[in-house]
Amino acid sequence: MTVLLVALGAAVGAPLRYLTDQALRARAGTFPLGTFAVNVAGSLLLGFLIGLPVPPALGALLGTGFCGALTTYSTFSLEALTLVENGERVRALTYVLASLTVGLGAASLGHLAGSAL
Amino acid sequence: MNLRTLTVIAAGGVLGALTRYGLNTVWPHPEGGFPWATWLINVSGCLVIGGVSVLVPTPRRLRLFLGTGFLGGYTTFSTAMTDVVVSPTVIGFAYLFATVAGALLAVWTGSSLARRVRR
Repeated sequence: MTVLLVALGAAVGAPLRYLTDQALRARAGTFPLGTFAVNVAGSLLLGFLIGLPVPPALGALLGTGFCGALTTYSTFSLEALTLVENGERVRALTYVLASLTVGLGAASLGHLAGSAL
Repeated sequence: MNLRTLTVIAAGGVLGALTRYGLNTVWPHPEGGFPWATWLINVSGCLVIGGVSVLVPTPRRLRLFLGTGFLGGYTTFSTAMTDVVVSPTVIGFAYLFATVAGALLAVWTGSSLARRVRR
């Protein structure tokens, strides 16, 4: 049962990440805005779910499945490497630092909001 | 919007997420401990995507299945952030830096190795 819920959440999360990337691509030049946006949004939502906390089944569907597949560390790292290889070192550093600080801030905020409810 | 493309990504994403779920199940981390399973998942996913980025050209469906789908579903940024929030401060920050350092080193290693193999 849990396996199915994780699969269902991921089946929505992964394509949604792709669609977001397509929609936001080139909005901010070479800055990977799409991945940045899904990573921050997913961190906020997962923080909220853990803060509440939600029942295990909902955690599997929305947390492990949806948020896990919506967000990505692999594409994030690859985009940072690609920026460095294209000579955009400052942008790469900005991307990494912004993702970590805003992502961490979003996760904390979500956790606080969830705990407060 | 191409439905077939979205289906390929969803299929890869499901397989990746289930692999991550399976690893977290057989190797759970104790509360307050270092999240080793998620660390390994993220770093290994970065190693593989580095290789995939060199060996599988972009417009191919295989690239979407493996990179955007499977590895996107396998690795997770959200858990990497929330694990920091819920861990004791020292472990949380050690984990945060170990993940980003390991991930960047891994993606560089993966793409360098793949370039060497391709030559």
